[in-house]
Amino acid sequence: MRTGHETWRQCKNNAFHGLIILFSAILFLPLAAIIFHILKNGLHVLSWEFLTALPKPMGESGGGVGNAIAGTLLLIVLSSLIAIPIGIFTGVYLSENTHGKFSHIIHVAVDMLQGTPSIVIGIAAYIWIVKPMGHFSAFSGGVALALMMLPVIIKSTEETLKRIPNTLKEAALALGAPYYRTMLQIIIPTGFQGILTGVLLGIARVSGESAPLLFTAFGNPFLNLNMNKTVQALPLLIFNYATSPYEDWQAYAWGSSCLLLIFILSLTLLTKAIRPQ
Amino acid sequence: MNPDILTIEHLNFWIADQHIVKDLSLSFPENTITAIMGPSGCGKTTMLRCINRMHELIENTRVEGKIKLSGENIFKLNAMALRRRIGMVFQRPNPFPTMSIYNNVLAGYILNGISLSRKEKDQIVQEALTQAALWDEVKEGLHRKGTFLSGGQQQRLCIARALAMKPKILLLDEPTSALDPKATAHIESLLMELKDTVTVIMVTHNIAQASRISNQTAFMYLGELIEHGTTERMFTVPKDKRTEEYLSGKFG
Ligand SMILES: Nc1ncnc2c1ncn2[C@@H]1O[C@H](COP(=O)(O)OP(=O)(O)OP(=O)(O)O)[C@@H](O)[C@H]1O
Ligand SMILES: [Mg+2]
Repeated sequence: MRTGHETWRQCKNNAFHGLIILFSAILFLPLAAIIFHILKNGLHVLSWEFLTALPKPMGESGGGVGNAIAGTLLLIVLSSLIAIPIGIFTGVYLSENTHGKFSHIIHVAVDMLQGTPSIVIGIAAYIWIVKPMGHFSAFSGGVALALMMLPVIIKSTEETLKRIPNTLKEAALALGAPYYRTMLQIIIPTGFQGILTGVLLGIARVSGESAPLLFTAFGNPFLNLNMNKTVQALPLLIFNYATSPYEDWQAYAWGSSCLLLIFILSLTLLTKAIRPQ
Repeated sequence: MNPDILTIEHLNFWIADQHIVKDLSLSFPENTITAIMGPSGCGKTTMLRCINRMHELIENTRVEGKIKLSGENIFKLNAMALRRRIGMVFQRPNPFPTMSIYNNVLAGYILNGISLSRKEKDQIVQEALTQAALWDEVKEGLHRKGTFLSGGQQQRLCIARALAMKPKILLLDEPTSALDPKATAHIESLLMELKDTVTVIMVTHNIAQASRISNQTAFMYLGELIEHGTTERMFTVPKDKRTEEYLSGKFG
């Protein structure tokens, strides 16, 4: 009787473990399917010409997505230049002021920003920047993407700095160091890995976004590195080409998806590699 | 004994409405070692931190009374300038993890934006590490990270970091409580040598340590200074019963 009971419990235990493994596997399946599908359709499109050349006019074969790659890189640089300093300083503020009313308000604001749909952020950048300036621009796209990066950078900076023992700050202050030098030369460098992780995750998050760019960076069939002009981006190109009726263009959409996937996966793996223990 | 370099006069300290240090007066003769003793929570750390105004990092505090450094009221000085003149070593070794041993020793200069020539730097580093009895162990690898050292070596590195600023006073808050007996002995002998040039104020729970190296002993209890005097007198003929019980290990 007793052993029967034990065996029954053992059975339930095993079943539960099996269930957990099963559901984890189910989670993994779509990811594997997506990666496989994109690699299968996209990998063969990738070539030196694809990476560097500009798109050819409709009807001509060949060409590439060099303008979209350059544009995406420009947008990443612009948004990073805006979001990294603001994000790090906000993160420092939040890690230093855990109780105040103001920091509570910022916390809520960061959460709300994180939950804001990307299309809404695109519209906001349109209203703030595109309308007053009178034209679409890479800059407005950079601002929209920066808004999406900010919560990621702020949160990872805050979490990282909170984990740094207070005694380090005290050691610096006890040497007579001013507060700003203590933060800039001791605390932020000590948390560098964690902060960098947040920045890379932020970049990974925004580099695949198309919605915030629809009314800002807008897209551009030519190569442009002027931040006052419109610029092409890989997600925009995918959106346009994938919905087109031309097979060449659809193939290029696959190739671009493949490129973007490789880029984002590498970034994600890199953040795993450098994440502090 | 030597003339006093530091005097605490009627120091009172509150955190919120809690009275932590109660009307404490004590003076420290130049180039001596004072051991501050007392049961846990009696306010030793708090008192020590008032001396270099580290208590100002705590929110919601109030301080009354005077602390005079060579006759100057420290509360009238610039806090950062004061901290450059009074070194501090903490209970747990806390070298800066992003800096090499070399830069850890120079951290006080680096963090205050004081530029030095290569020659001055080398000299300060060698001098401070020698004083902290660490030079021979690290001279081959000065540009390695300070966090690779053992706990006892890290603590000596922290002492070197404080000494590099050439302070007149060195505050130590249970500097050996995280260390093994050998590392402790190392630091004790280094403190004994330091007292030719530096006034040492040390909080310790280690009764034997206080009797071994200090010239003056002060005993605190519940925020009050119960008794102080030469270490020899305190350990042989204490006036207060609580001092006697504590120093003979009966409570604490
Ligand atoms: N930051 C703080 N906020 C509130 N109360 C504090 C703070 N720091 C110290 N206290 C209180 O002040 C009192 C004295 O603390 P202190 O750390 O000075 O004691 P101590 O004598 O150093 O004890 P120990 O031997 O355990 O280190 C304690 O009651 C403690 O609760
Ligand atoms: Mg203490």
